[in-house]
Amino acid sequence: MLVTLFVIASITFFISKMLPGTPFADPKLTPQVRQQLFEKYGLDEPLYVQYAKYMVNVAQGDLGNSYYFEGRPVSQMILSRFPVSMFIGVQAVIFGIVVGLALGIVAALRHNTIWDTLAVMIAVIGVSVPTFVLGPVLQYWLGLKLGLFPIAFFESWWHSVLPSLALSVFVVSTVARFVRTEMLEVMGQDYITLARAKGLSGLAVIIRHVLRNALIPIVTVLAPLTIYLVTGTLVVEQIFAVPGIGEQFVTSVFVNDYSMILGTSLFFSVLFILALLIQDISYGIIDPRIRVHGAKE
Amino acid sequence: MHGQSLLEVRDLQISFSTYAGEVQAVRGVSFDLRRGETLAIVGESGSGKSVTAKSIMRLNPEANTIVQGGEILFEGEDILKLSQKRMQDIRGPRIAMVFQDPMTSLDPTMKIGRQITESLKEHLGLSGQRAKERAIELLTLVGIPHPEERIKQYPHQFSGGMRQRVVIAIALACDPQILIADEPSTALDVTIQAQILELLRELQEQLGMSVILITHDLGVVAHTAHRVAVMYAGKIVETGTLREIFYNPQMPYTWGLLSSIPLPTADRSQDLIPIPGSPPDMSDPPEGCPFTARCPYAMRVCSTEFPEYTTFSAEHKAACWLHHPMAPNVEPPVRIGDAR
Amino acid sequence: METKHRDLTPDLFGPLGVDEQESERIAGPPVGFWRDAWTRLKKNRGALISLAIIVFLFAMAFAIGPLVASQSPYAQDLSRRFAAPSAEFWFGTDEFGRDMWTRVWAGTRVSLYIAFLAALLDMFVGVTFGAVSGFLGGRVDDLLQRVIEILNGIPYLVVAILAMVVFEPGIITISIAIGITGWTYMARIVRGRMLQLKDQEFTLASRSLGASRSRLVWKHLIPNSLGPIIVNLMFTIPSAIFAEAFLSFIGLGIQVPEASLGSLISDGAQQLRFHPYLLWLPSAVFCLIMICFNLLGDGLRDALDPKMRK
Repeated sequence: MLVTLFVIASITFFISKMLPGTPFADPKLTPQVRQQLFEKYGLDEPLYVQYAKYMVNVAQGDLGNSYYFEGRPVSQMILSRFPVSMFIGVQAVIFGIVVGLALGIVAALRHNTIWDTLAVMIAVIGVSVPTFVLGPVLQYWLGLKLGLFPIAFFESWWHSVLPSLALSVFVVSTVARFVRTEMLEVMGQDYITLARAKGLSGLAVIIRHVLRNALIPIVTVLAPLTIYLVTGTLVVEQIFAVPGIGEQFVTSVFVNDYSMILGTSLFFSVLFILALLIQDISYGIIDPRIRVHGAKE
Repeated sequence: MHGQSLLEVRDLQISFSTYAGEVQAVRGVSFDLRRGETLAIVGESGSGKSVTAKSIMRLNPEANTIVQGGEILFEGEDILKLSQKRMQDIRGPRIAMVFQDPMTSLDPTMKIGRQITESLKEHLGLSGQRAKERAIELLTLVGIPHPEERIKQYPHQFSGGMRQRVVIAIALACDPQILIADEPSTALDVTIQAQILELLRELQEQLGMSVILITHDLGVVAHTAHRVAVMYAGKIVETGTLREIFYNPQMPYTWGLLSSIPLPTADRSQDLIPIPGSPPDMSDPPEGCPFTARCPYAMRVCSTEFPEYTTFSAEHKAACWLHHPMAPNVEPPVRIGDAR
Repeated sequence: METKHRDLTPDLFGPLGVDEQESERIAGPPVGFWRDAWTRLKKNRGALISLAIIVFLFAMAFAIGPLVASQSPYAQDLSRRFAAPSAEFWFGTDEFGRDMWTRVWAGTRVSLYIAFLAALLDMFVGVTFGAVSGFLGGRVDDLLQRVIEILNGIPYLVVAILAMVVFEPGIITISIAIGITGWTYMARIVRGRMLQLKDQEFTLASRSLGASRSRLVWKHLIPNSLGPIIVNLMFTIPSAIFAEAFLSFIGLGIQVPEASLGSLISDGAQQLRFHPYLLWLPSAVFCLIMICFNLLGDGLRDALDPKMRK
């Protein structure tokens, strides 16, 4: 994990050196002023020194200052906006998981019936329609035409409904597909037949045996979901004009605020690696086969 | 010999609808099971023996199982017509089952103590403490040492033979009258096989249960069964007591089965007589006697009509045209008779 | 089930000839693996329809669309701005009066082109990496696996974003940016397959007959890995299309006046309030492509799965 972080941080550093145009390319700056700024930001020192300084800074959480908003530290800007994005994202995930579970379970239990086909279709559409199509669609129908929800900004919880909804569709579909596949596989196992042979009711078999076994691998969905959330946030915040890190990032791309771009990218990567870490740890805890080592007779 | 009939299967016919068409797995099987006896159902893979066993407990996959006909009578009711609710009351306390592969029969994420007490709580209404005690008793009964610690462990912490004992303990939890053992020792090492079979035999004597033992191995049958039914391609071709089947078999398939057992006492001068060919495809079963294609004594009538059952004694019946008055006399192969 | 009591004549009890016995009657004609898979695929109506739609869209984008178009996708006509779909402009016009019909199909061409390039790159790198890693095994495998582990930790879209920030957006650069980052999944699959196949008996059999390593790889291992490779390819394509559209949406993709489905959707989203058709039409094409490739991929995966054989 740490190695990966190191690699990513290094990559961001070297990319920053490859970016076209020097910062402070504003022609209004005289060469002397530019030289002063270079010195101030340490841009005139040899490469390896800059690299070392950069890595040390990053390790301490210092991502430099924004080139666009002079003097404001990137890390502070990120952290101030993060809670908004986090809120919408977490809401989307929770909703998505609940609905996805329900859909997946129904599909598995009614395998090969119309409900199953329907659920699969919904799921396929859900993963195929991207957020940047879904967002505007929701805005149009639920926001403009029916006037149910506000379509921009973030002034109340009501404002967060459409963005979270747009984000959650993918989650619902992924979770549903996954739950359905896992359940179908578990239901074909011998130990389920044995559970039935014990005379347990269908419900008991499903809750106590099928679900427990089917849901253990669900943590593997965590990683791709996190990537999706990160990128989805970028899109959703653009569309719904939500003041989160996504919107900030896109603006920074637009105005070539390099340190912001790199800082945010690094932040996203850290989030992703954290998700991977949690995934690995969870798996070890939830599955008794891993948690408790077998004793040979 | 034993008590009255506990279970009667009459003309059972089961098919499966599969991706490749309809497969007729059981084509008119009838037998009964008596109080306190062990009935062995013997046959090759695909003979329909497992399907028959699962049908008694209605454990075949509902989605594609078709009951084409027949009855299974137990305690005055036809099992094939019972509601799901009623079946749940029967499974466990009345009829229980032991499966073939102990490595996959247990829920890997549930402690085995709980897998036993689940049944106890559901059917006998035992409280937590009492259920736990009973679980420990059961584990002792099946020969698992240190049961108080074992009930807190997971299946992967047990060896294959131990797991099968646990499966037996689960089956016995509610004192069933009938135990169906579907190839209980096939997946185990030879020495463990013997242990499990011996355990089943002891338990049967101790508890007075009736046992249906499904197997393809006649050696297993010789040590455990009172009566034997031989199945081939979805039909029963011969039934009788253990002695009758082993010493006086009357059907070429049975002769073949007995001749193909390698004997530990045999030497190289004695031939193993294998049965040539393979069992028929059950999605398109042959007319007449299904064994015709592989039978060294096949006659023309065999390929067109299934033979009537000829009765040799109170228990002994076989379906073979060789016993028809118009059939030529035939001597069974030499090895029969000295199979011990 | 009592047999009918026909009259049984003595001659019926004569012996049955050997050739009349069918001791080894074969249950059905032998089928090759691919033929069998194709049969299974044909039964999956969703997958078949998807395939048909994909072929149709290809035809539209590369052949029919341009043929039927009367304008170039760049021709502006400011007197005809924002015309709703009509008989003259089947898809309407955009804010510069450009014909949307031509633009949508031009955009589809670009998107498909990028997606295929990226997917090919992905496949090439991934298969080579995975094959080498799986086949050679040992320390090489360990090392390459470590590399993959590290690369896996990097969210690929972030890298694509960064790449596009650095380089000039263009069809080639975008394809490379997308393709270069997602190949780890393919590598994993191919490696897994290699390891599986190496252990199987037919490999040992072939080697014991003296097959050289390259013969082994080319004639046996790779053909047997084609299944998962193809399935994965079917999923890489929509993933690449999505990535390109995403990049365009945040401004890092295809730049004006060129068009891709992503940039068209992005533009359309801005005009949502008053000219929604500018969004619906490219979105419809986009979603159709995504859905069809996903369904086709699902269908192929089921069809090629040997466990489903009867």
